[in-house]
Amino acid sequence: MDATVTNTTSEGKTWGGGNKPLKASYGKLMMWFFIVSDGLSFSGFLAAYGFSRFKFIDSWPIADEVFTHVPFFHGNYPMIYVAFMTFVLIMSSVTMVLAVDAGHHMKKTKVIWYMFFTIIGGAIFVGSQAWEWATFIKGDYGAVETKGGKILQFLDAETGKRVALADFATTLPSERVGHERKNGIWYDSEGALPSYTIEEIKAGFAANSNLLIRTQTLTEKGEKTILSRDESLLRLNRDAVAVVEGANLIHNEYGTPLFADFFFFITGFHGFHVFSGVIINLIIFFNVILGTYERRGHYEMVEKVGLYWHFVDLVWVFVFTFFYLV
Amino acid sequence: MAHEHKLEIFRGLLKFKSNVTKIWGVLIVLSIVTAVEVVLGIYKPESLTENTFIRMKLLNWIFIILTIFKAYYITWDFMHMRDEVKGLRRAVVWTGVFLILYLVFILLTEGDYIFNVYDTGFQSWDF
Repeated sequence: MDATVTNTTSEGKTWGGGNKPLKASYGKLMMWFFIVSDGLSFSGFLAAYGFSRFKFIDSWPIADEVFTHVPFFHGNYPMIYVAFMTFVLIMSSVTMVLAVDAGHHMKKTKVIWYMFFTIIGGAIFVGSQAWEWATFIKGDYGAVETKGGKILQFLDAETGKRVALADFATTLPSERVGHERKNGIWYDSEGALPSYTIEEIKAGFAANSNLLIRTQTLTEKGEKTILSRDESLLRLNRDAVAVVEGANLIHNEYGTPLFADFFFFITGFHGFHVFSGVIINLIIFFNVILGTYERRGHYEMVEKVGLYWHFVDLVWVFVFTFFYLV
Repeated sequence: MAHEHKLEIFRGLLKFKSNVTKIWGVLIVLSIVTAVEVVLGIYKPESLTENTFIRMKLLNWIFIILTIFKAYYITWDFMHMRDEVKGLRRAVVWTGVFLILYLVFILLTEGDYIFNVYDTGFQSWDF
């Protein structure tokens, strides 16, 4: 009889919320569940990127040739800046986990300082991300697009280096003006015209005999195919229809537009996570300063935003690999 | 409040005296791995780009394995998964691993199929 009574009471407690089978608080568990589902969203994006890349496996842009810039420095430094960004994010993850640790020991000043460094790291990362976007949108050398939407890039036959449109395009008198809304149907307009017309590029290319064309197609060795001078002339004069400078969602001078679309979408979604992480960290930071958690008796809120912040870092590790390395 | 931390990484190969030193230790491990990735990414050794395993370059396999390695240490030591109970660990990790592997497998297979359709079809896409 006694045993039965004990059973029912402990049963009552089990389902009454007194029992913690996972030994974690409600808030932490919910953060973990959110992280799992958000992680699935990100893996969905990255898997979609993989899908598109496998679809165009023989003509995908080479990331090393796309992301080559470092702020305040001229020259060709593939990967360096992204590696720096990765390091900043890992570093801010470290200060975050140190803040959590200081919180466990109820050291308020330490928590404040470590959270401060975390926020600074996050801000540097978001700023770098914005700079990467700006550089990517602005473009590098410029290219022409063919009827089939393929990209043709220009390079010097002797050095093998890329050549910018401005270096060889001739200036032809032209009356081409941008089409504006006021001149036709209200929803029909076009953006800023490229600096050169396709005729100017063709004329400039014909005049400079040291120029060659590079297509999107990858060779066996994973490099872009370089056409001979005759093939280049033929290809340019027969197929090229438009000048592309920089990248947007429709045209992309680096290669297939899908690459730019995924770049904007995935790094944008991640950047938005970092941004919201910085905002949430700021809120918790001020709460720590105000002594909210000191009064509450524990710093679990720091731990929870910490989980989110580490998750953002975790996602970046994968984005870094699949966008910049692989 | 008691916060027990397991202070060993690499299956006990590396033991730390306190949680703070463990954090710095993990940072060093992660930085080294990132540096290795960047160096490999810049120099691309030919032996790794020319040989493949399951139709993917060895270099790319190395990148992916190192990424999972980094993800493990971020989750286990920064997010304190090492200190959570088995139930929570498995609920989070296996759910993700299973669903992601499945999704990646079907999408990459499908992408490869479409590539073959483009590649072997009579239609020219390059014009």
